[in-house]
Amino acid sequence: MGPERAHHEAGQIDFLDGARRALADPAFQANLQRAVHTFRQNRTRVLATLPEWETWREQARAIKAHTLAHLDHYLEVLDRSVRGAGGQVHWAADAEEARRIILDLAGRHGVRRIVKSKSSTTSEIALNPALEEEGIEVTETDLGEFIMQLADEEPVHFVAPAIHKSPEQVATLFADRLATPRTTDPEALTQAARLHLRETFLRAEMGISGVNFAVAESGTIVLFENEGNARMVTTLPRVHVAVMGMEKVVPRLADLAIMLRVLPLSATGSRMAEYVSLITGPRRSGEADGPDEFHLVILDNGRSRILGDPEVREALQCIRCGACLNVCPVYERAGGHAYGSIYSGPIGAVLTPLLGGASGAGELPFASTLCGACAEVCPVKIDIPRLLLVMRRRAVEGSRAAAWMERVGMRIYALAATSERRWAWGGRALRAALRLFVRGATVPRLPFPFAAWTRYRTFPAPPPEAFRDTDHGA
Amino acid sequence: MTRVALFTTCLVDHLFPQVARSTIRVLRRAGLEVDVPRAQTCCGQLPFNDGFWEEARRIARYHLQVFADSEAVVAPSGSCVTMVRHFYPTLFADEPALQTQAHEVAARTYELTEFLVRRLGVSDVGATFRGRVTYLASCHGFRELHLRDEPLRLLQAVRALEYVPLDGMDECCGFGGAFSLKMAEISGAMLATKIDAIRRTGAEVVTGTDISCLMHVQGGLERQHVPVRAMHLAEILAGEG
Repeated sequence: MGPERAHHEAGQIDFLDGARRALADPAFQANLQRAVHTFRQNRTRVLATLPEWETWREQARAIKAHTLAHLDHYLEVLDRSVRGAGGQVHWAADAEEARRIILDLAGRHGVRRIVKSKSSTTSEIALNPALEEEGIEVTETDLGEFIMQLADEEPVHFVAPAIHKSPEQVATLFADRLATPRTTDPEALTQAARLHLRETFLRAEMGISGVNFAVAESGTIVLFENEGNARMVTTLPRVHVAVMGMEKVVPRLADLAIMLRVLPLSATGSRMAEYVSLITGPRRSGEADGPDEFHLVILDNGRSRILGDPEVREALQCIRCGACLNVCPVYERAGGHAYGSIYSGPIGAVLTPLLGGASGAGELPFASTLCGACAEVCPVKIDIPRLLLVMRRRAVEGSRAAAWMERVGMRIYALAATSERRWAWGGRALRAALRLFVRGATVPRLPFPFAAWTRYRTFPAPPPEAFRDTDHGA
Repeated sequence: MTRVALFTTCLVDHLFPQVARSTIRVLRRAGLEVDVPRAQTCCGQLPFNDGFWEEARRIARYHLQVFADSEAVVAPSGSCVTMVRHFYPTLFADEPALQTQAHEVAARTYELTEFLVRRLGVSDVGATFRGRVTYLASCHGFRELHLRDEPLRLLQAVRALEYVPLDGMDECCGFGGAFSLKMAEISGAMLATKIDAIRRTGAEVVTGTDISCLMHVQGGLERQHVPVRAMHLAEILAGEG
């Protein structure tokens, strides 16, 4: 299941439709649930041994909040530092400009083959289809992304793209697409992917990576990964292009001390990422490894609008650890595809509409019970439930004709709830209406627009009197 | 403190009056006089959570007036208290006078178990209840009011009651107000997980601090013909012999 790759930008988001498809797929449900529960348990277990956790969170939040408050300054410093280290910097106002910049670079170097390491930002700008349209062969080298590419699916999770696939499903996929002997042994499957990718790495003329953090003072980009493929992507091809959202900058190298801890802990419960690469410019003279050219693409694509919007600015603090996805009971069942964007789960439900997502994105903030599990785990302390509430308010303010029935209902409710008499009368009317539907001791079926309630639950039979109508006798 | 005002909450007032009576009984047994301001209605959370802040603001202004003079306000709901304590100040961000008033009322508004354990220092209300009981945490109480031990301490002090812990006790049951209608399929899937966990405890009763979640869970139990009863914690704490 799942939509075809990267049709985000123009596509329509229909969260409920996507969620329904996910719910109807028992294997998807079981695989995703198993995976997020493992992440969740690992995180909880490790954090129980780290009394410093709350202090680290506060420090991480403070670094991101400070950077956002002075983002123009730190981006200028970053620009200078990258150039100083021999790299080139490109500013992209939107997805189209970012794609054009990268296509131009590919054209200038006669690039026919590109290897990529995991990057949500390149998914945001729908880069792969644009490259493929120019006849360029693009290979995702992160194992999860590689699996998704073979399956022609979008990642279900921006940290762990293929966690909804079982080893059996991957085995079938590899046997079909890579013509490898069928095996469900994860080690053998990984080995098959490695063999296939090794060849590709050696032939690629350009490597494209994301950026976890970009250090302003030194012009260093920082990549976290667990497989080592990003090292290959950033060192083997002649040209390395790193693509970052402009909020990924941090002021100083020293700030990484805290980020090195909170990111992997939040993502998977690991104390440390397996590979952390700090890359400053292209290969220098006398160095053995590295590309001839290093290009950094800094993407706005709606971010400066969010920055200038104090009520929701904190959404830009996100470091894409995925912790909020792993604890979200809605994400766990709806899966990532339903969100119609690489940014899924609670933070995605805020970011996708804020970044100016496709039509239908306005429904995403309603895909939450506001249980608050996301806010509890966020390593940079983003108050996601508050942001969801603000986005809901904006959705209501923005839609005129839509949901008129709800609007009328809420008006009537507010009218009733601001007068003792109307409230008492309203309650009596409601109980009288409910009584029409009582069968036995409960209400087994409610009519439109409440029928959805009784699809999964009965409704209680109303009491003879409201509490307010009794003598309050205890 | 000798007097408290009961903030009944809308669902309890109109659909679950026994929860209000039980709350009063528990508070009286703790030596308090209980007022029930007749003019009270609702906290406004329903429109607020659904994006209708203007409607919520109207209700919140009304609520602040009703409880303006109460020394302490106690509600049998962590969710409604969260609304008053955390979201009223947000609602009145542009109205400083009302925001001050909101902060004042918020500081005097308590969820029942929070009031008993934290404010009064009571963790045994002298109740007796026969049966095997499990407990589900309601999200607002658990995460916004940080009610972790309070309800469980009260529950475990009840005579004759056998407490059995619930797997995933702090995972949302899927109610979420209008979410239960708008995203009914996901809500139903979350509910199914909760019901499986309840079934596995072998409990006869599932309890909690919020009737909204319990109404959702009770409805699911009935739909699936699981013979477990949902009861508000106040009903158990009001139990005698």
